[in-house]
Amino acid sequence: MRLSFGQLLARIGFSALAAIIGILFALPLIWFIFAPFNARAELGIAIPDPWTLQNFMTVFGNGFAMRGLLNSLIQSVGGVILVAAAATLAAYALSRSSIPGKSMITYILLLFSSVVSGTAAMVPIFLIVSSVGLMDTHIAVILVFAGGLLPTAMFILRDFIDGIPKTYEESAMVAGASPVQAFFDVALPVIRPGIVVVVVWAFVNIWGSFLIPFILLRSDDLMPSSVAIYSFYSEAGTPIVTLLAAYSLIYSLPVVALYLFVSWKFGFRFFGGIKA
Amino acid sequence: MASVEFQNVTKSFGSFNAVSDISFKVADGEFICLLGPSGCGKTTSLRMIAGLETPSSGKIMIGPDDVTHLHPKDRQISMVFQDYALYPHMNLADNIAYPLKVRGESVEKRHKRAKEVADVLKIGDLLQRLPSQISGGQQQRTSLARALVYPSRVYLFDEPLSNLDAKLRLEARGFLNHLQRDMGMTAVYVTHDQAEAMALATRIAVMDRGRIVQFAPPIEIYRRPATTFVANFVGNPPMNMIPVEGIVESEQLQLRAHGVLVRNLPLSQGIKAALGKGAALTLGVRPEHLSMGTINDTNTLSGNLFANENMGPEKLVTFERQDGGRVTARIFTDDMVETTENVAFTFDGAHATLFDAEGKRIAADGERPL
Repeated sequence: MRLSFGQLLARIGFSALAAIIGILFALPLIWFIFAPFNARAELGIAIPDPWTLQNFMTVFGNGFAMRGLLNSLIQSVGGVILVAAAATLAAYALSRSSIPGKSMITYILLLFSSVVSGTAAMVPIFLIVSSVGLMDTHIAVILVFAGGLLPTAMFILRDFIDGIPKTYEESAMVAGASPVQAFFDVALPVIRPGIVVVVVWAFVNIWGSFLIPFILLRSDDLMPSSVAIYSFYSEAGTPIVTLLAAYSLIYSLPVVALYLFVSWKFGFRFFGGIKA
Repeated sequence: MASVEFQNVTKSFGSFNAVSDISFKVADGEFICLLGPSGCGKTTSLRMIAGLETPSSGKIMIGPDDVTHLHPKDRQISMVFQDYALYPHMNLADNIAYPLKVRGESVEKRHKRAKEVADVLKIGDLLQRLPSQISGGQQQRTSLARALVYPSRVYLFDEPLSNLDAKLRLEARGFLNHLQRDMGMTAVYVTHDQAEAMALATRIAVMDRGRIVQFAPPIEIYRRPATTFVANFVGNPPMNMIPVEGIVESEQLQLRAHGVLVRNLPLSQGIKAALGKGAALTLGVRPEHLSMGTINDTNTLSGNLFANENMGPEKLVTFERQDGGRVTARIFTDDMVETTENVAFTFDGAHATLFDAEGKRIAADGERPL
């Protein structure tokens, strides 16, 4: 096939534009990989000369920041377990039972959830947590995150479970299984890829969130990394770029590791039903 | 094995009656087919036997037990689903042995039993495969194996062959027939395929709009369809139904319509009663009972050739009568049809089935059970 001159020009133009946009998006990532190993890192991209681990040594020496990583892990794992367990059971019930207006319930929850974990609800959440006496605890952060993420998680999972034939559990029950057995033996393994999606999504959400822990926590030894990262700012509010870069890299590793693990173990694919 | 009985069972979804007030009994060891078009209530009836639906009213018995409100797991039944419902995360051995697992059998015992059943069904070599790694026919046999692996009082089949291609379907049908002869199982089998029902059932329940229209052995359903609905549903191609006018001449029945001339049928009590309400009757003739003839024969159906389909051993000849009604004849290929526009077919008066104005079959005098 021969292209006319105009078509050729349009193709070259499009490729050039795409390349420029691609480079624009790649720049911060390139900085993100190089800067932590550079003793004199600034906001511009520079290849480290020499390569050094000095930045990391300093960061590891910062107890508050290291404690923050552990706190992030506690809050994320706690939140993820709560969200995944509750969303699976709720979504299963919403999908399989015949509650009238059940889709309405999900949509209303979904609507409110964007408010619950959003900035607008911060004052009421603060007041509730405070009056329950959970202020400055991991539990408070976990509960508030769970409340905010649950509706969306339920929505994702309900859609997923709706796509799984009811006959799986029905055949199990006819074969002699109780509803609970049918759920754990047959339904749960089939739903698992959907749960994995929710787990990753919830983990990323909690791991990266700043506002809720910042408001609900006071003690330094409970603060997660998203808050602790501010210890790499000077009194005047300017970032200490070298340390910030090193800490950011460490901070992002668990999320990357989770993605790699999940895609290795589950591959982000869905079983669905067997095509007849 | 056990019997199954429906006592005045109704199932409604909102204001819609999927099954309305049906009663029937399946004797121990019988193979019953529930036959009907989609939405006739056959699958709902089956699911009520399984306990997957609860009747709105009425009673369901399995053997001596009232199971109306019993959970499926406590009914000692097995069921083969239309989509097979094989668990995608378990290999065939675990799929087949699952009913034994929930019964608390040891791993060795249940895998041994699964292997036995799988060998009978010729899938013994595939036990380590996942359901997604085997063919449709093998999936079907796996789901059958899972139903057969444990002792069961009633076997339920929900259109188990409808997802197979035509050739495999015939093979599986033959195997099910063999299995039934071998085991003498009590089975309830749902299908919309009349040929499947005819081939497998000891008795067929033809259903229409939530009711049983006729419950009889296949041969009776075929020869003496209770209503025009049954006559239309059973047989391939179905029975030709022709609206005719009935006239009594010299104590014998004559039938007239465009392209229809039927002379001297016996005037039974039933026909007299039907004619008392009006002359409109429906004549039913099976395509296989028609043979080539001339318009001078005693009983003739004639019209213009519409289609002439060669099926190999037989031919389907369809012609259109003057009023537009079509009639199909099934003849052996040897009886050639000349490609004339006008064709005439004849049939034996004994093969004429008559229906009254309400669509009910009119019995001949002194009809004996088949």
